[in-house]
Amino acid sequence: MSEPTKSQAPVGEGRAGPLGATVPALRGLGEMRHVGLIGALAILVVVGLVTRPDNFATASNLISILSLAATIGVITVGATFVIIGGGIDLSVGAVMALASVWATTLATQSYGPVVMAICAVIVGTGAGLVTGWLIAYGRLVPFIATLAMLVAARGLAQRMSDRKTQLIQPENSALVDLSTTRVLGIPLLVYIFALVVVLGWVLLNRTTFGRRTYAVGGNPEAARLAGIDVRRHTMLLYALSGLCCGIAAIIIMARTTTGSSTHGDLYELDAIAAVIIGGTLLTGGRGTIIGSILGLLIFTLITNLFILNGLNTSDQLIAKGLIIVIAVLLQRRNLKERAP
Amino acid sequence: MSENVARRGFLVGGAALLAAGCTSNEPAAAPTSSAPAPTAAAGGNDQPGDRVVIGFSAPAADHGWIAAIAKNAETAAKQYSDVEFKPVEPTNDINQQISAVESLIAAKVNALVILPNDGQQLNQVALQATAAGIPVVNLDRVFPNKLAYRTWIGGDNYGMGVAAGHYIGEQLKSKNVSNPVIVEIQGIATLPLTQERSQGFADALKEYGFSVTAKQDAAFTVETGNEVATSLLQAHSKIDAMWNHDDDQGVGVLAAIKEANRSEFIMVGGAGSANAMREIQSGTSVLQATVTYSPTMASSAIKLARLIAQGKGMSDLLEKQVPQSITLASETITKDNVADYMSLGFES
Repeated sequence: MSEPTKSQAPVGEGRAGPLGATVPALRGLGEMRHVGLIGALAILVVVGLVTRPDNFATASNLISILSLAATIGVITVGATFVIIGGGIDLSVGAVMALASVWATTLATQSYGPVVMAICAVIVGTGAGLVTGWLIAYGRLVPFIATLAMLVAARGLAQRMSDRKTQLIQPENSALVDLSTTRVLGIPLLVYIFALVVVLGWVLLNRTTFGRRTYAVGGNPEAARLAGIDVRRHTMLLYALSGLCCGIAAIIIMARTTTGSSTHGDLYELDAIAAVIIGGTLLTGGRGTIIGSILGLLIFTLITNLFILNGLNTSDQLIAKGLIIVIAVLLQRRNLKERAP
Repeated sequence: MSENVARRGFLVGGAALLAAGCTSNEPAAAPTSSAPAPTAAAGGNDQPGDRVVIGFSAPAADHGWIAAIAKNAETAAKQYSDVEFKPVEPTNDINQQISAVESLIAAKVNALVILPNDGQQLNQVALQATAAGIPVVNLDRVFPNKLAYRTWIGGDNYGMGVAAGHYIGEQLKSKNVSNPVIVEIQGIATLPLTQERSQGFADALKEYGFSVTAKQDAAFTVETGNEVATSLLQAHSKIDAMWNHDDDQGVGVLAAIKEANRSEFIMVGGAGSANAMREIQSGTSVLQATVTYSPTMASSAIKLARLIAQGKGMSDLLEKQVPQSITLASETITKDNVADYMSLGFES
């Protein structure tokens, strides 16, 4: 990210962010990228239609793909914000596990499903605030601070649960209804996923908070000179990521009927991969929520296709690795072509 | 080389001991109720004998079954006034487990019970223990060198698959199903134990002229069980029978089945968790049976270690000494006998 025009651009107020000068071009690029992602999705859909004509294009399979994507999807929204803001969050899976465990201890469960859900959200946000504070005010590198949170949150989750799987008690089954109750044929948790995506999109594209996120990620020094409280904003980005982990915890509890310290293993990698495939730069300053969600759907669709066709998991991992590399190579070419 | 290992072992072992002293032994405030301890068989062998110290090393519990192993070992040891139980900090790191066992050798315990993270990689340290005159009871994951241990006790993975295959075969045969759709949800596919289970399952089904239609691997966790089952149910709109290797991941599998609102098939679990037993007992679940791979083997291993250290044999057998190898049978738990097994189920 070394565009000399950036630091000269007016920052902060109105639509003119640090990327003000390049916004039209960027938008075009964004759409171009989305075309590529939608093309990849279309190819996968065709593969599905050809290999499993009777099972793939059914309503129930599409719904199950969306349900599968919901958990990591919600996390991906938060991760997109953090990465656009120039950071990285490795702790997402562990924080989600901790939130799910905290919300399903017998003590929490005695207060009912609403308190359980609130507990998950508070625990997630709290953990995010702690890492955010360490990064913004404690001057820890994001990679290290979130790595520390990954390890510590997983450990705390194990300690709290005594490494057991905590079942949601029958009297709190209202939480499980999020997964089993369907409105217009779609499980409630898919609506939660959609709502988070929409809210995330609005926050990123239609609010000062969103513009500041691009500014902080693109050029923190310019953002500071423009009067943005970069530290406070950075802390809030991680809190937002934690909040998403809390919501994801509610979804995983509903889907599996449990809270467990083993939930969310390696989710950080899936979330980061989805964000990268979606065209968000790891160096910050650029990216879209829609791209991340498309990236995630590509991953989920691959898993679904492999299982429908009875192929084994190892090949699935190879395919995912290849897709990450191809996506990044294509993005680099796009960037070069764009360079003056 | 061995000198190197010993030196490093000394350093790390010391650290492990320190860590163990600081972190273990805290009373576990378990949020879920724990299963009652399996009762000791009455008999002359349970009378107090020579005082013995039994060292215990196992992987860290990231799974209900392993957690039950550690708990069962401790409970069994506490039943005896003549046993001092000396567990080391559980770990999933091979290096740390080697050091932990070395520390137990240095402490000159009377017998060792070891569930290795990997039999191959802990073989060397088990040999060291044997050479130091400490009898090793090898729990479940076997050491490749027979000189490394005095007695092996463990489950029968192949037999587990066979038991599941027979149950499903008989059920489908009695319903006169032809060309049944049989799906299998494995644990971690790369483990030999998973491959043995699948082999046993396939071999038993072959006796009935059936075969597995589709199999997929999960990773022994609730979440992966849920993910795999969700897609597998989509892949097969009608299923006749399902075997899920592991009751821990089975919680997620059952949640996926409920979410998909499917009930046309019979499901068989694996391991024998308390939760699976409650499902079987309810009579309303697709889960109709589970084949055991019971963590009670840890209680038995402690009992064997005690007998070996005291120089006693098993009172029901004629031999003066404990046998060299004991393979537990995989038992099939159904609605008819679940009440007898309830107390042995472990909380996942």
